[in-house]
Amino acid sequence: MKLLLWQVRYEQKSYWRNPASALFTFAFPLMFLVIFASLNTGATVGFLGGLDYNQYFIPAIIAFGIISATYTQLAITLSLRRQSGALKRARTTPLPAWAVIGGLLLNSVVVAALIAVLTTALGMAAYGVTFPGHYAALAIALAVGAMTFSSLGVMIATFVPNADAAPPVVNALLFPVLFLSGTFFPVAPDATITRIAELFPVRHFNLATFAAFDPRGPHGVAHGFAWQHIAVMAAWGVGCAVIAARRFRWEPRR
Amino acid sequence: MSAIEVQDLHVTYTPTGRPPVEAVRGVSFEVREGEVFGLLGPNGAGKTSTLEVCEGFRAPTRGAVCVLGLTPHLRQASQRLRREVGIVLQEIAVEPYLTVREALTRNAGYYPSSRDIDEVLGTVGLAEKADARIHTLSGGQQRRLDLGLGIIGRPRLLFLDEPTTGFDPSARRGAWDVIRALRDEGTTIVLTTHYLDEAEALADRVCVIGGGRVLATGSPGEIAGRSEAPARMRFTLRDAATAGLPLLPDDVASYDRDEVTVRAADPIRTLHALTGWALDNGRQLERLTVERASLEDVYLDLTRESS
Repeated sequence: MKLLLWQVRYEQKSYWRNPASALFTFAFPLMFLVIFASLNTGATVGFLGGLDYNQYFIPAIIAFGIISATYTQLAITLSLRRQSGALKRARTTPLPAWAVIGGLLLNSVVVAALIAVLTTALGMAAYGVTFPGHYAALAIALAVGAMTFSSLGVMIATFVPNADAAPPVVNALLFPVLFLSGTFFPVAPDATITRIAELFPVRHFNLATFAAFDPRGPHGVAHGFAWQHIAVMAAWGVGCAVIAARRFRWEPRR
Repeated sequence: MSAIEVQDLHVTYTPTGRPPVEAVRGVSFEVREGEVFGLLGPNGAGKTSTLEVCEGFRAPTRGAVCVLGLTPHLRQASQRLRREVGIVLQEIAVEPYLTVREALTRNAGYYPSSRDIDEVLGTVGLAEKADARIHTLSGGQQRRLDLGLGIIGRPRLLFLDEPTTGFDPSARRGAWDVIRALRDEGTTIVLTTHYLDEAEALADRVCVIGGGRVLATGSPGEIAGRSEAPARMRFTLRDAATAGLPLLPDDVASYDRDEVTVRAADPIRTLHALTGWALDNGRQLERLTVERASLEDVYLDLTRESS
């Protein structure tokens, strides 16, 4: 445990000093929040009974922030370090494998938590979003989401051929799914593309987070828990973790 | 006791869809505790595969490798070996956004009795760069940091893979001093290099590998009969071929215009005869040099035969 905190300390230093990671994984979600929330102030979501757009959008952008801090950050960092030889080098020291990976994961979780707090605070302070107090539901949705998208990131890194390909591959996979899943523009539950979006974990993450913010009382969800969405996400997380563990390499393929 | 014992090591790769490649075909050698051991050979000779097995990155296809009494690729052994073995790889691989001091401090935390950070900074000559971020260092400085990271844990055994490639001459001498100082402290060092003067300057013994096999093992001065090989004398003499040089029966002379090269089995007698002849006849042996067969000559002969 001490070793893990030791790692996280240095991962944090590396993270905040790297302009690329600080910009793409930390500033992007906040930037998207301001752009879309400002553009759509006053808009409503028809299929949610005329609910204010931002009450729907802020939970979605919290989910996006966590995806960015976990999936995007891990897939890119692992690809870079595998190619540079930093991962192999770590294996030459007595630092155990779990601490190498654990340090990176925990670093992502710290960043994700910070993004979640900032986006929530910004949404409530600047865009009139209300939080009905489902703390446990929110915590569980975000924790399962962070776990799922962390294992997705580690898994994708095992398929990325080289470090140059990492950012385009990672974003080319993510952004179409974000749009399909209604992260930026709400997509009705009975729309055709929703059938496709439901195959992927992003929509489930959005809706599980939204459930904790849903001010309309128990619409099929008690205390803000959307268990079916949390369950689908968790299944993705476990599946990706299994594949990631089987395919993980410390060195580039030759 | 020996630090490393390699016996009849075979490493075969099986790339998908292609025939298997036998990179190492029966290599045996021993590294004694406290010595600097040079592993030499052309690219593709099997050096890297042999090292990777010794470092625990790869399992042998056949044969036995024993490092500090343990089998390196086994999981139980690797945890202990990583505390006692330092490895400096060819590629520079340090997180770019940490400072030199931070990288050393972080890695020092992985070892039970690490060296003092400032001592290591001084040893590798990075004291002035201690608080610089790693991405601002030159390539040579980054390699010196890599060496610092390799020795921070006070290893008993240190692997150095081409440690001075790309260094300028004074940085190379600096690295040699570091390696000698480590040896004097009792660290066993396994070194690969393409610079034969480096092997000659540093290694107590060298092993030349080619085509996946050991071609010769011995001290740099005596390997492959080098100490018995004919010495080479060179000088310039006008009309040398017809001047009637007093050569001994075993001497072999060759002429390139006025440039004379004599390969002499008994160089002292040959030299005596030649200089006596020059004095008696009032001739000059201009630019006279006498050289032993160089390690490079021996190496090139050995590796030419293998390829």
